[in-house]
Amino acid sequence: MPQTSSSSQMDSAVVSQDAPPVHAPAIASFVPDAGPTAQDGPPSPVRQYLSTRGNGGLADKTFAAAMLVCALSIFVIVLFILTVLILRSKLSLAQFGFHFFSGSDWDPVSGSFGALPFIFGTLATSLLALALAVPLALGVAVFLTELCPAKLRAPISFLTELLAAIPSVVYGLWAVFVLVPIMRDQLGPLLYQYLGWTGFFEGYNFGVGLLTASIILAIMILPIISSIARDIMLAVPVSQREAVLALGATRWEMIRTGVLRNARIGIVGAVILGLGRALGETMAVTMVIGNHPGISKSLFAPGYTLASVIANEFTEATGDLYLSALIEIGLALFLVTIVVNAIARALVWAVTRGAPARVH
Amino acid sequence: MAAVGASAQNITAAGATFPYPIYNKWFTEYNQLHPNIKINYQSIGSGGGIKQVSEGTVDFGASDGPMNDQQLAEAKVKVMHIPTVLGADVPVYNIPGVSKDLNFTGDEIADIYLGKITKWNDARLAKDNPGANLPDRAILPVYRSDGSGTTYIFTDYLSKVSPEWASRVGKGTSVKWPAGIGAKGNEGVAGMVRQAPYSFGYVELIYALQNKMAYGTVQNAAGKYLQGSPAGVTAAAAAAAKTMPADYRVSITNAPGAASYPISSFTWLLIPTHFNDPAKAAAVKGFLTWMLDRGESEATSMGYAPLPAQVQTMVRHTIATIK
Repeated sequence: MPQTSSSSQMDSAVVSQDAPPVHAPAIASFVPDAGPTAQDGPPSPVRQYLSTRGNGGLADKTFAAAMLVCALSIFVIVLFILTVLILRSKLSLAQFGFHFFSGSDWDPVSGSFGALPFIFGTLATSLLALALAVPLALGVAVFLTELCPAKLRAPISFLTELLAAIPSVVYGLWAVFVLVPIMRDQLGPLLYQYLGWTGFFEGYNFGVGLLTASIILAIMILPIISSIARDIMLAVPVSQREAVLALGATRWEMIRTGVLRNARIGIVGAVILGLGRALGETMAVTMVIGNHPGISKSLFAPGYTLASVIANEFTEATGDLYLSALIEIGLALFLVTIVVNAIARALVWAVTRGAPARVH
Repeated sequence: MAAVGASAQNITAAGATFPYPIYNKWFTEYNQLHPNIKINYQSIGSGGGIKQVSEGTVDFGASDGPMNDQQLAEAKVKVMHIPTVLGADVPVYNIPGVSKDLNFTGDEIADIYLGKITKWNDARLAKDNPGANLPDRAILPVYRSDGSGTTYIFTDYLSKVSPEWASRVGKGTSVKWPAGIGAKGNEGVAGMVRQAPYSFGYVELIYALQNKMAYGTVQNAAGKYLQGSPAGVTAAAAAAAKTMPADYRVSITNAPGAASYPISSFTWLLIPTHFNDPAKAAAVKGFLTWMLDRGESEATSMGYAPLPAQVQTMVRHTIATIK
């Protein structure tokens, strides 16, 4: 289990200090001044082992080269995907140009295609899902690392990870049969009554739409964000917490300045991973978003996402332009993911640039 | 069939999902009769079926909508259409408190999806359904979000009965729906209609029959309100058979005749006119002949409508021309 890993590392560090005396010369031999020439007695076991082996330099180079190939394969895969997406959507790129991304017409019959409602649907549901899931996930992570009684920790961790393992179609089914009726009959009317003045909860509420899709997405990304954030917080050294407490901080101040501030880059990383899943999620969203392309201020309105339209229409798409437009939707999803990630990274950089942990 | 020879024939085919259950049954039965002939069918969708047979990557394809002239001209393989069975779409709805089968006309259905009829107590719906206590509630139109032959048949019908539908929306496996929400697959539409009060949708007849769903009637070209059934579908095909073109690419929606169910359609196999391997040609011809002799009689029990007798005679002549 991840939460025990840091403590076991500490344990091993303690053990190695108390290591049996047999290893002591080996450790001493790594001190530069205490080379084997300065000592009588046999060379250390490690040195003996290394000297019996052949060409170490060659092995190092081979290993470095192999690792470089592994790293480069990421670039190759990304480039390959991008190339295929561009080549296969050439027809649509040539026909619509940039208007593909700003047009809001999607009409396979007349052959007029625009991706804007799908881009809107993808961004709106993903960002709303983040807004719902991040506070909850951080709450779970803080509770598990800082406040949770030992007895509860294992069951809660287990359930969070169980949530992450449920296939998305199961989430979709649950949403159709449980979430949609709740949205239609209880939550929706309540939101309209108290928050209707904002304009975000207007029009007919059929239970399916942007809000329902965002809620199911939030539930799906919650375990990812909370379990990564928990691991990051566990990695914050205990000495940090003790130092803050020693200065007279309350528990909340300790969590805020000692834990959250030190873990913030990792937490942002967890949020970005959650966002990545939300942007690309297809099945569960398709089942509850309404699949009607449109841009609406009301969260009760049906929407459509980039991933959903590909999944829905690709198998029966006839005609080269139609297929090409669907592949360009894939390209749009690829670009949206890159742009959103880039913005998130830039934000992290702007916030943390040259600034170590500090209180304000 | 003796001409097939003893060598094993592996035939690959791909296409429509709607007739997959009966095709699968046919191919399995035929393989049991002729162990050396194995037809491997992948239900990847009509679009994929047209594409693969056009490029010659499968031995034959299958589609719920006929190929258009441009597709036929661009295909690397010369393809002909062989009708196999027929299917239909039926209207389903969920109005709490109304258990009566409702009557619909084609232009009313079109106007529901155009967003022009928005309430269940609309004067036109009330006129067609005297005695049904239709409520003052908004209609939620539900359509298929995935591209499908079901949608093709449905929009083909609406294009014929509503000029506004023909000009604003048109027909296709996916169209730009003016109103409503999309759900994936027959089961998605049926599930959404079942659990969302005041909704309206369309599903395949075979799906409604298998799941024992109640569904409404649709007014046909002769003015009669008919409930979808294999008999009504075959009647529509028989009515259209008199004007059947030689390549079978015909739409039989809104067919004439008092017994014709209006939202009906053929589904086709896309067979190359010429096979490079004569043994393969003989195997395909053998299967198609068996389909007419024996296969058609299994259609009704599975919810499909069989080809009318006149069309079967025509198809028999066409099969003979495969080389």
